Amino acid sequence: MSAAAVDVREAASAAPAAQFAPTQGYWRSVFSRLMRDKVTVICALVILALILMAVFAPWIAPEDPLKGSVMKRLRPIGSEGYPLGSDELGRDMLSRLIFGARLSLVMGIVPVLCALGIGGLLGITAGFHGGRVNTAIMRTVDVFYAFPSVLLAVAISGALGAGITNAILSLTIVFIPPIARVAESVTTQVRALDYVEAARASGAGNFTIIRVHILGNVMGPVFVYATSLLSVCMILAAGLSFLGLGTKPPLPEWGLMLNTLRTAIFQNPWVAALPGLMIFLVSFCFNLLSDGVRSAMDVTR
Amino acid sequence: MEPRAPDEPLVSVSDLTVRFSRTGQTIQAVNGVSFDLAPGEVLGVLGESGSGKSVTLRAMLRILPAHRSSVTGTIRVAGRDVLALSGAELEDYRGGTVSMIFQEPMLSFDPVFTIGQQIAESVRRHMKVDQQAARARALEMLDRVQIPSAKRRLDAYPHEMSGGMRQRAMIALALACKPKLLLADEPTTALDATVQIQILLLLRELQREFGMSVIFVTHDVGVAIEVADRIAVMYAGRIVETGSVREVIRTPRHPYTQGLLSSTVRGELRGQRIEAIPGSPPDLAAMPPGCAFAPRCKHARDECLRAVPGAVDVGGGHEARCVLLKLAA
Repeated sequence: MSAAAVDVREAASAAPAAQFAPTQGYWRSVFSRLMRDKVTVICALVILALILMAVFAPWIAPEDPLKGSVMKRLRPIGSEGYPLGSDELGRDMLSRLIFGARLSLVMGIVPVLCALGIGGLLGITAGFHGGRVNTAIMRTVDVFYAFPSVLLAVAISGALGAGITNAILSLTIVFIPPIARVAESVTTQVRALDYVEAARASGAGNFTIIRVHILGNVMGPVFVYATSLLSVCMILAAGLSFLGLGTKPPLPEWGLMLNTLRTAIFQNPWVAALPGLMIFLVSFCFNLLSDGVRSAMDVTR
Repeated sequence: MEPRAPDEPLVSVSDLTVRFSRTGQTIQAVNGVSFDLAPGEVLGVLGESGSGKSVTLRAMLRILPAHRSSVTGTIRVAGRDVLALSGAELEDYRGGTVSMIFQEPMLSFDPVFTIGQQIAESVRRHMKVDQQAARARALEMLDRVQIPSAKRRLDAYPHEMSGGMRQRAMIALALACKPKLLLADEPTTALDATVQIQILLLLRELQREFGMSVIFVTHDVGVAIEVADRIAVMYAGRIVETGSVREVIRTPRHPYTQGLLSSTVRGELRGQRIEAIPGSPPDLAAMPPGCAFAPRCKHARDECLRAVPGAVDVGGGHEARCVLLKLAA
C-alpha cells in the first residue's frame, strides 16, 4: 500500500517579471498590437494577396479575359480548360475574376481615399474653427445627407454619364459627407479637451495644435471609419456597374460580371455566384481589418 | 523684453473685465478685478464655483475662446501688455513667461503621446534646443518633481500613470521652461487627500527654489492657507477682500469671507451645526447694480443695493469691499 499519490503540480513557468516595456512610437506600438491579432493579420494577408493578384493579373491569368467562344458557353466549375467555368460568352471566369480585381479594387479604394482627404480636411476645419465656418461647412454637407447614398451615387453618375472616372467621382462625393461628419464630431470633442487647452497654454500655435494634437487624436477614428466604408464603396461601385453606370462591357469588373451572369443563374448558379463571392470576400476582410485597426489604435487598453 | 524697475510688480492686473456672450445674453464672469503680484509671491484666489477665479486665470493666459468672450482692462506681466500680444509673441508668452497647471491631470495630457514627448515638445518650442537636449530637460524635470524611476516614466503614456503622478508630470511640464509666473487652477482638487498635501508641499518647494510667482486658485480654504502668502477672495467676478493670509483668516472683514470661513469644516464637535451662507450666488447674466453679496448678507442695508462698494483699506494692505467698513471708518 505504498501507492504514493504523486501530486504532480504543473509548475506554471513563472511569467517573466512584469517589465515596463520601453514604449516605442505610437504607430509602432499600434503595429505590434495588430500583428498579435490573428484575424486581422489573415484579413490583411487576403487583401494583400488580392492586390498582388490585381497588379500581376496579366501574368497570373491563364487566358485573355476578353477572349470568348460561342461553343464553350457557361461551362460548369472544374471543366477542362475552365477551372472556374466560363461565362455567358464563353470567356474564362478565372481570368475574368483575376482581371476584375483591378477595376473593382480601384473603384472600392480610390473614392474612399479621395473622400478621406477632402472630407477629413472639411471636417477638421469645421470642428476646429467652430462658429460660422462650422455652420457653413456642415450645413452644406447636410444637403448631401438628405439623399440615400445609393440614390445619390446613381443620380450623380447618371448625370455625369457612365464611365469609370465618373463613377469614382460620384462615389467620392457620396463618401465626403459621412467622413466630414465623423471628422467634425471627433475634432469638436478633442478641441474641447483639457490637453488642447494645455497645449495652447504652453505656447503651441494653431498649426502645431492641429498637426500634433488634433490629427493625432482625430485621424485614428476617422481612418477606421473610412476603412469600414471601403466595403460599402466596393458594393456601391459594383451596384453602379450592375446598373450600367460604372464600367462598361466587355471590361471585367465584379459588379458588372454579376449583372451579365444574372441571366445564367438558372443554368449555372455556381458560376453566376462567383463575382458576388469575391465582392463578399473583399468587403468581409475590409470590415474585419477595420475592426482590428480600431482596437489596436486604442492605446489605453 | 522691456527693462523694468526693480520695485515694479511682476504682475499687474487692473480693472480686468470678462464677458461671455451666449445667444441673447451676456454673462458677466469677471467684473473689474485688480491686483498686483510681486516676484516670488504666492497669491491664493479663494472663491466658490462660478466666482470667476478660473476665468481670471484663463484671461491672463489669453486662452478664452476669442469669438465668444471679450476681455477688457489691462494685464501686465513682466513688463508686457498681455492683451496686446499676438502671434509668435503670444505663443512665447504662453508657456515661456507664464504657464498653467490644470485641475484634471487625467485630461491635461494628450493620450497618444508619451509624457516625455509632451514635455520635450514644450521645451523645444521655448528653449530652442534640439530633441536630445529637450529630452534631457524633460528627464531632469521629472526628477525634480520626485517621480520615481523618472527615466522609465519618460516613455510612459498618460494612462499608465496614477492621478498624483500625472499631476507631478503636469507640474514638470509647466515648470520645464522656467516660467516667471505659474497659474495653478485648482491643481489638487481632483486628487485624494494624501496626494493633495504632497503636491502642495512640492509646489511650495519648487516655487521657493525657482523664485517664481504663483497664482493659486482654489475653493478650499485649507489649501489656500497652506500655499499662499496673500489671499484674494472672489465673489461674483469681483475681489471682495484681499490681504495677507494671516490678516484675512484671523480678521476677515467682508461678510462673505466671514461666512466662507465659518462654513468650513474644522474640528467642530459632532452634532454642532456648521454655519452656512444662505441663498446662492447671483445670476451672472443679471448682476445686481450694488453689492453682489447683499441678497445673502445678514448685514445688508439700503446703500448696499445702490452701487458697488469701493475697496476700503483697513491697514497693512488688507482691503475689503463692504459698506460697513466705510461706515466704521
